[in-house]
Amino acid sequence: MQFDPFVIPFNIGLNFILLYTVIRCVVWFRGLSRADKLRMQRGFFGTPFAQSLREIFLESLLHRKILKTNFRLGYMHMSLAFGWFLLIFFGTIEADVFGTRHLNAPYRAIFFRFFNPEHGRMGFESVYGFLMDLILAFVLSGLFLAIIKRFYSRIVGMKKTTRLKPSDKVALTALWLIFPSRLLAESFTCGAYGTGSFLTGTLGSWLASFLPAQQLAYPFWWLYSLSLGTFFILLPVTRYMHIPTELFLIFMRNSGIKTGDKTGSYSEVEVFSCSSCGICIDTCQLNTSAGITNIQSAYLMKAIRNNSNVAEIAHNCLMCGRCDQVCPVGIELSPIRMIQRRAGENDIAYKNTYKDYFRTRQITASEKPDISPVYNFLPEVNPDKADVLYFAGCMTHLTPSIKNSMVRILEASGLNYKFIDEDGGACCGRPLMLAGQDREARELINYNSQLIWKSGAQTLVTSCPICYKVFRESYYLDVEVLHHSQFIKNLIDEDIVKLNFLRKRVVYHTPCDLGRGSGVYNEPKEVLTHISRLEKSKFEDDKSLCCGGSLANMKIGSQKRSLIARDAAAELTRTSPDILATACPLCKKTFSSATTTRVADIAELVAEALIVSSVKRSTNKKIFSAKELAAIS
Amino acid sequence: MEKFGFFISKGRQINYDSNDRSIAEYIYEREPSFRRCIECGGCSATCTTGSMTKFSLRELHILIKRGENDKVMESLKKCMLCGKCILVCPRGVNTRNIVVLAKQAFQKSAAYAI
Repeated sequence: MQFDPFVIPFNIGLNFILLYTVIRCVVWFRGLSRADKLRMQRGFFGTPFAQSLREIFLESLLHRKILKTNFRLGYMHMSLAFGWFLLIFFGTIEADVFGTRHLNAPYRAIFFRFFNPEHGRMGFESVYGFLMDLILAFVLSGLFLAIIKRFYSRIVGMKKTTRLKPSDKVALTALWLIFPSRLLAESFTCGAYGTGSFLTGTLGSWLASFLPAQQLAYPFWWLYSLSLGTFFILLPVTRYMHIPTELFLIFMRNSGIKTGDKTGSYSEVEVFSCSSCGICIDTCQLNTSAGITNIQSAYLMKAIRNNSNVAEIAHNCLMCGRCDQVCPVGIELSPIRMIQRRAGENDIAYKNTYKDYFRTRQITASEKPDISPVYNFLPEVNPDKADVLYFAGCMTHLTPSIKNSMVRILEASGLNYKFIDEDGGACCGRPLMLAGQDREARELINYNSQLIWKSGAQTLVTSCPICYKVFRESYYLDVEVLHHSQFIKNLIDEDIVKLNFLRKRVVYHTPCDLGRGSGVYNEPKEVLTHISRLEKSKFEDDKSLCCGGSLANMKIGSQKRSLIARDAAAELTRTSPDILATACPLCKKTFSSATTTRVADIAELVAEALIVSSVKRSTNKKIFSAKELAAIS
Repeated sequence: MEKFGFFISKGRQINYDSNDRSIAEYIYEREPSFRRCIECGGCSATCTTGSMTKFSLRELHILIKRGENDKVMESLKKCMLCGKCILVCPRGVNTRNIVVLAKQAFQKSAAYAI
């Protein structure tokens, strides 16, 4: 009979957490929409399954993405996760091979050394013992880093580490105790029996030289079991819930499920998958430049988990999407933040730890009661027919140089275009959406859509990435939506406009909504290489900075904005280029006041480089099409 | 009775004691930059909605500060939150947040319940 009362806490904890995880996963699965359920079934019994297993190995165990961004932090996570996994894996094999019988209960593998103290004296057994000690040393090295990080986060290359709630602290202490208590328990047992390898053996014999090892081993086995049990019991109400949840998330994501725009199972799984690793905190410019350290995505996830009022946190964000890019778990952080913005102010549902075990879905306000249209003052417009529509957008109207440049380029292209908001039209609706007022935004979207339909155009060109994003994502249009950088790129490719080379050194700043928001990275750069000497910055493509002017943040004032702008501009102009180019009127305006370098929009530079041939200038644009014009010139 | 084209206008005294300044207080507390406004009218001049209606953020600021809240809520709804006013404001007032906060304050206060 291999049993001892000290294994009871561990057994209770393990059974509890296994049962709990299964129930939670079933509840989450049932909460999915019908389509998502089908997706998940297909994903589970199909090729995505292998992909998921691979991802679980690479991300949940090896933490490849964290290793890439920050080696020391990655090592810490890897040693704890992968090391623990190896301990369990090889421990189970050890118990199976060297134990008295096969297919043991988990506790016999975990407390193998207690039940088989004579094990590991010679031959293959001692080699295996060496391996187990090596793995334990690997885990302990990570734990050592973790403990230092909690008090001095710079050791792992992080400026800030996450703050914890009380239950997290208890669970963390339990987690910290697990491996040292295992080390001591095994060492004492080994010391008493004269077994063990380089770690447990050496430490054991040294401890046994002045301590009663035989008597001391037993309490430490109790401590080991108790800390494991406590950790498992507390796991569902702490951030460590990410350990089981992340596996489920990987299966869901690989099945093709997306966050969507309402709270649902998937967003909840994402929220629980956040391990509060804190990578988003170090990436956030509100932290690095403006010193705001309580609103980053890790804290948003934590606040949602804790059922606290998140409205303040949710709105204090530039929505630049930098955290989405670096999140090692791949949580869609910005969409979740948008869901919280739409939900508005939710009252604190409950503040009770034990109820956290049986969570109900966060209650979000249903349709807002006020449904009378608020923008009925918008004038009825009957626009002229045109092939290309140009929508400058509100921000472009405040930077007339961009607007005028675009008009010049459109004139030079000879296309049949119409400037639809020349005298100031309605807003595109995205600022309202970012404020969580979707219904109001929908009104503006309908108004603008009608305007675009009536014109019968095939192409819609906009100068503002904010408008571009909303035109592409939230409008139901059958026209091709182009940002002006894409439009100019097309003009250059089809040889419709001819451009000089400007002989200027240019650094390009990718606007958030155009780059990370809409995935347009290359076109602006290609246009710039065509007309100037484009230099690389440290913040290319999806690593680009936010200018700080973002309309998404309601809460911060002009001072903090200028702090962000100054830092970002300083980083971008490090190589002292002649021009800091961007593709967004808002970025241009924000940067202009933050740097002495000239800030220009792509459209302005192209307009400067434009060669206007006399043929084109004199032709009536409505008679000739673009291709005919190209043939003439 | 015949209308003679003239009438006795009502008193235009602003009584700060009897006016309800709770909305203004709500905003002051959450968005201190509200106090920085010098009522220059830059926001109203650039306003997208203002170009189509009589909507004027400057006027609304003044009315809220005085506590003459009667018609403010109706007007506030017209704002599209496009953010041009923030960019032109010479005093760095976070105007969008003020509009949102004012709406919130009206929704929360029982006196103006819809």
